[in-house]
Amino acid sequence: MTPRHTWHIVSGKGGTGKTTISGALACALATSGRRVLVCEVEGRQGISELFDVPTLTGADERRISRTPAGGMVYGLAINPEDALNEYLDSFYHLSLAGKALDRFGAIDFATSIAPGLRDVLLTGKVYEAVRRKIKNRPNAYDAVVLDAPPTGRIAQFLNVHAAVAGLAKVGPIRSQADSIMRLLRSATTVVHIVTLLEDMPVTETEEAVAALRPTQIRIGSVIENMVTPTPLDRGQLQAAAAGSVVLKVPGLTIKQNQALASEFAIGAARTLQEQQRHDRLTALGLPLVQIAFDHGGVDEGAIFAIAEQLTDQMSLEAP
Amino acid sequence: MTNGDPAKGSPAPHANLAVPFLDIDKIIGDRDTKIIICCGSGGVGKTTTSAAIALRAAEAGRKVVVLTIDPARRLAQSLGVGELDNTPRPVPKIDTAAGGSLDAMMLDMKGTFDDVVVAHSTPEKAEAILQNQFYLALSSEFSGTQEYMAMEKLGQLHSEAEAHGTWDLIVVDTPPARSALDFLDAPEHLSSLLDGRFLRLLLPPTRGPFRLMGAGFSMVSAVITKILGAQIINDVKTFVRAFEALFGGFRQRATTTFQLLSSRHSTFLVVATPQHDALREAAFFVDRLGEENMPISGMVINRVHTSTVAISPERALSIAEDLVDGSAALEIEALQRHANLMRLIETETRQLQRFAAARPSVAQTRVQALPTDVTDLSSLRRVGALLADKD
Repeated sequence: MTPRHTWHIVSGKGGTGKTTISGALACALATSGRRVLVCEVEGRQGISELFDVPTLTGADERRISRTPAGGMVYGLAINPEDALNEYLDSFYHLSLAGKALDRFGAIDFATSIAPGLRDVLLTGKVYEAVRRKIKNRPNAYDAVVLDAPPTGRIAQFLNVHAAVAGLAKVGPIRSQADSIMRLLRSATTVVHIVTLLEDMPVTETEEAVAALRPTQIRIGSVIENMVTPTPLDRGQLQAAAAGSVVLKVPGLTIKQNQALASEFAIGAARTLQEQQRHDRLTALGLPLVQIAFDHGGVDEGAIFAIAEQLTDQMSLEAP
Repeated sequence: MTNGDPAKGSPAPHANLAVPFLDIDKIIGDRDTKIIICCGSGGVGKTTTSAAIALRAAEAGRKVVVLTIDPARRLAQSLGVGELDNTPRPVPKIDTAAGGSLDAMMLDMKGTFDDVVVAHSTPEKAEAILQNQFYLALSSEFSGTQEYMAMEKLGQLHSEAEAHGTWDLIVVDTPPARSALDFLDAPEHLSSLLDGRFLRLLLPPTRGPFRLMGAGFSMVSAVITKILGAQIINDVKTFVRAFEALFGGFRQRATTTFQLLSSRHSTFLVVATPQHDALREAAFFVDRLGEENMPISGMVINRVHTSTVAISPERALSIAEDLVDGSAALEIEALQRHANLMRLIETETRQLQRFAAARPSVAQTRVQALPTDVTDLSSLRRVGALLADKD
C-alpha cells in the first residue's frame, strides 16, 4: 500500500496552526513500517518545538516521532544557504566555491535578493527528498510533508517556473525548476490549506485557492482547524445565542444557571458564525476537513489525536 | 488553579499573576510619547491592537496617525483605508470632543521605495532605477523590503509631524515578521546589501582594495553568473551604478530611524496571545528589544479567555453525566462547553504563569477573547477600553 500522495504541502494564514497540522499529517501518513519526512522552510524551528525535540540544523534528517501505528516521522529544517551549498556541490562539485561565496556575502545576496532563487532552492531540497532512492526501498520516504509559507505567499512560493523565468532561460537552474514544477503538478502532489473559521483566515483561504488555480498544482483539502463540534441544530444554537434559553441545571442556583446561559449564548453565537464561514468555504468545492479544538493545548498526544481525525476525514491512501 | 477550590470560577484576567500592569492610558496620555510600535508574530491581533490604541488616543485628544501594514478588509474599510495609496486619510465618525484626530494609512511597499528613489536622485537616474528589472524585484519581493519600508515611512511621517505639527502621535503596526528578529534586522540587512561588498564587487574594480581581489572575484562572479544567468548580473550592475549615490542616504536614514526608535519618545508594545508559540515568539521580541536597549513598555495579551461561572470543569462534567440526554440536551451542551472553556483557561493561565515567571518585570495588559470579529469603530473602541482596563 502506498499513500495516495507522496508530497503534501501545507499552507495557511499565520496563527491557524499550519505547523501543528503538518506534524499531525506526517503522523497520519506514517502507518506501520512507513517513513515520513516533515520539512519546514522558514527558519522558525516550529517542527522541533512541536515534537519537543532538540533543534533541527543543517542537513540533519532526524527521527522525531514513532507513531502509535508503528511508523517513523523524520524532521528537517531547510535553510536556503545550506540548500545552495548542497546544490553547488551536487551539480558543480563546488563545495569550495560555496565557502568562497560565503566570504563575499554572495550567498546572502543570491538567496535574499535574486527573485525566486531562494524559493527554488527550498522547494528543490524538498523535491530531492521526495524523489530520493535508497537500497531495497522504492523511495527513501513513503511521503514528505512540507510546512510551507503562509497563504499570502504560497502561490508565489510554489510557482518556481515563474520565479526563475526572469533570471534563467536555460541552464541547470532552469531545468531544475522545470523538474520541480513537473512533480508539483503531478497527481502525487497536493496542497492543503489550514484555516480557522474566522473572517480573515477564510478570506485568505479563498484568495490562496484563486491564486493556486493557475499554477495547475492540485489542491487537496481545506482543513478547518480548532472548530467547536456541537450536537445542537441551528435552531437550538440561534435560540441559545439570542439568550432565550432558560437553563435548569439541577444543583445550581438560579443565578449560576443564568450565568451559565449567558456564557452559553456567547459560545453559541461563535459557533453560528463558524458555521456561516464553513458554508462560505463549501462554495470552494473542495473537500473540507474539520479538526476539533483541543482545550488542553498541543502535546504529542494531541498531535496523534489530530492525526486520527485527519486519517478519518482525508483519503490519504491510494485506492 | 488545578489545586484550587473546586467550586471556584476562573480568575479575572489579572488575578493570581504578580506582573506589573501595562497602563495604556498612561502611555497615550504622556505627550512625550510620540511613537508607539506594536510588534509580535503573525495572527496575534497586532493590527487590531494598533488601530484600537490609535482610536483611543485620538478620542483622548491626541492627533494620531496609524500606519497599518495588512489590515483585514472590513477593518480597513471602517478605518477608511480601503485603498492602498500610501496617503494618510482622516478616519470618519470618531469622537473629536477632546480635540484629537485620527488619520489612517496602509503601507504601499513599492510606492514608498519609488518615492525614496525619486526624492533622492536626478530625474534621469530615477527613471533608470525605476525601470531596472533588478530594482523591480528588490522593491516588490525582497523579504526585508516591507520591514524596511515600514521604517522608511515611519521616518517620513515623523518628519512631517515635526515640521507641520500634523500629528503628535504615530502608531505603527509592524509586518508579520517571519521570525522575531526580522523587524529589527531588515533595515540593517537591506542597507548592508545595498552598500555591501558584494554589490561593489560587481562594479569594475577600479579603486580601493577591491582591485586586489580580482582573482577571487572572477571565480565568484563566474559561479554566480552560472547560477543566476548573465542577464541578472547586468541588471544588478546597472542598478548599482545608478543607485550608488543613494547608498549613503539609505544607511543614514536607517541609522536615524533606529535612533528615533531607541529614543524616549518611542515605545514598543509586544503583542501576543496566551498560546505557547505566540508567547515563545513574544519572549524573543522582549529579549531582543532589551538587548538593543529599545524602550519597551510591555506586552498586550490578546484573546485571553475568561468565565464568570464559578463551576469547575470536573463538577460541570459530573453534573452533565447525570442528566438525561433527551430532555436536557441544552443543559448538557452548556455544561460541556463550560468545562472546555475552563480547561482552556487553565491551559492559558499555565502558559502565562510560565512566561511571567521567566520575565517578571515585563508589564502586561490582557484583552479578553471577544465573541465577534473586530470590524468597526465601536468594536475597536471596545478593544481600546479592554486594553486600558486593569481587570
